[in-house]
Amino acid sequence: MTIRRALVVAGFTAIAVGLGWLLFVGLPRWYGAKPGRAVASAPAPAAPAPPGRKIKARLFYVADDGTRLAGVERDVAYGESSIEQAKAIVEAQIGAASEPFVSPVPAGTKLRALFVTPQGEAYVDFSGELRSSHPGGSLTEMLTIYSIVDALTVNLPAITTVQVLIDGKEVDTLAGHVDLRRPLIKNLTWVEQTESP
Amino acid sequence: MLTPDQALASVAGRLISLPAAPARVGTRWLVPLEFIGRALAPIYDVRLDLRSASHLLVMGDLRIPQVVIRYEVLGNAGRMTLDSTPQTPTGVVQEGNRIVIRYEADALDAVAPALTGQGPVPLIQSMRIEGAVITIELGPRFSGFRASTQDVGASSRITLDLVSIQPETVAPPPPPPPPSPPELPTFGSPPSIRTVVIDPGHGGEDTGVKGSEGTVEKNLTLTFARRAKSVLENRLGIRVLLTRDEDRSVPLDERTAVANNNKADLFVSLHANASLRPTTRGASIYVAAFSDADRAQAAIAPARVPIFGGGSRDIELVLWDLAQIRHVDQSMELAHIVEREFQNRVVLDSRPVERAPFRVLESANMPAVLIEIGYLSNGDQERLLASPDYQARFVDAFSDAVARFRDFLGGIGVER
Repeated sequence: MTIRRALVVAGFTAIAVGLGWLLFVGLPRWYGAKPGRAVASAPAPAAPAPPGRKIKARLFYVADDGTRLAGVERDVAYGESSIEQAKAIVEAQIGAASEPFVSPVPAGTKLRALFVTPQGEAYVDFSGELRSSHPGGSLTEMLTIYSIVDALTVNLPAITTVQVLIDGKEVDTLAGHVDLRRPLIKNLTWVEQTESP
Repeated sequence: MLTPDQALASVAGRLISLPAAPARVGTRWLVPLEFIGRALAPIYDVRLDLRSASHLLVMGDLRIPQVVIRYEVLGNAGRMTLDSTPQTPTGVVQEGNRIVIRYEADALDAVAPALTGQGPVPLIQSMRIEGAVITIELGPRFSGFRASTQDVGASSRITLDLVSIQPETVAPPPPPPPPSPPELPTFGSPPSIRTVVIDPGHGGEDTGVKGSEGTVEKNLTLTFARRAKSVLENRLGIRVLLTRDEDRSVPLDERTAVANNNKADLFVSLHANASLRPTTRGASIYVAAFSDADRAQAAIAPARVPIFGGGSRDIELVLWDLAQIRHVDQSMELAHIVEREFQNRVVLDSRPVERAPFRVLESANMPAVLIEIGYLSNGDQERLLASPDYQARFVDAFSDAVARFRDFLGGIGVER
């Protein structure tokens, strides 16, 4: 009797452990988007792209005269969901730029997280390099911010506003000028009219 | 009844003595002034009071206090005292460019004093007395006043202390102001700009941009701000406050608060720029940018609050972060005026006027611009910006722009 009861208990325990594994490990593996690895492995536009599907996206680099952004068509990794696609675009935007373009985003800046609300408000969280390595100057600050805002809002029309966070927190400004306390909307006045190749 | 050559008159059977005898010249009688009070008053049974200094004949029980007005110049300031006999309730208010003193009386027996010794730029332009109201027209040097009342014997005294605009004591020696161009409008134009707050960008640990030759933005903006203060004060007679006059860190909100709390008419933040392309050059002027969502948020209905003694009044609410919204058109006008004055005098950016969501401008409750003086990321620009000659030229052009903007405000009749 006791052995039988023990077997029943052991059986239930095994089923419970199995269900637990299925719920917390198995299902996320099948359906989940591997969030951490997706962010880390998103390709930079200049780097050789890993095999897989690509989309064309418009990224923004500093134009020749230094006062505007130049819109450039680039291959960006395909994202299964809109959030994954948004992450891939931001990863591409903050990566190194190929010659002759210059990236407005400080080298070493990493994407920590990205969320999009059902209303299309994107929250993009960067590592501290975005601020600590910034060269300063209101113009450069504008170009840094709007390269990210425009890369998201131009390529993903479902995203209406972009709020920049640093190390998970809201910040006043990057370098003392642009107000980052409120979400920003698409602004193409900082983009050159002529399309670069 | 009057008799020539006799200093006596008979009124209703009573004899009244006069200080001199009446004289008859043709068909007219000449009588001493006392005849009015001593003889005519009993005849008409009213009180007659002759105020010879103010050419008034007071008939009956009119309230016409005698007001003795004195004005003295005390260094840069001025003090006016008004003694009214008998004691008369008064109200003193500033209405635009004048101080108005209203007496609870039917008229005033008063003579305006001589407004001498005020120097070439007066605190008081003129004053006039009409009925029971004394109006003091203020001069361009006026910046504020304090009024007090006290009883002195049978009189009540109003003391008005008028404060003059004067340069603040500045620690660093101000650069010599360049000679004023003759066409520059000076004190004749409407004084719609009394106070300007200049904000030298960055400071303390926040160095701002660093040039390759060692120029640091926080020091350069302070140098330009001190020069601008000196020129605006000496040339235009405008009170200028700096948000910092030393190398210290000042939060952005605090910078705008200096302007808001001092009721500045203009707020100008000075910065030096940086570009990732080494050839980018020139000064640019930025005006705050707001989204439609910001504008919707700023459009708050006035709050109705109860007031002491019953009733209510509407109070206009201004969101601190969005205070600039209602001034943004004037700020853009200012930016274009600065651009025009900079043209051909300082190196301008290829796009000199821009809108940008700059934090330091958003809370300014007055016309406000951020001026980028040039690019420290460009070696030629860095040397130019560090040169005293260029700094003087730049500040001259800026001062002319402020004068033009003052003309613009005067032209549209802005009362701030």
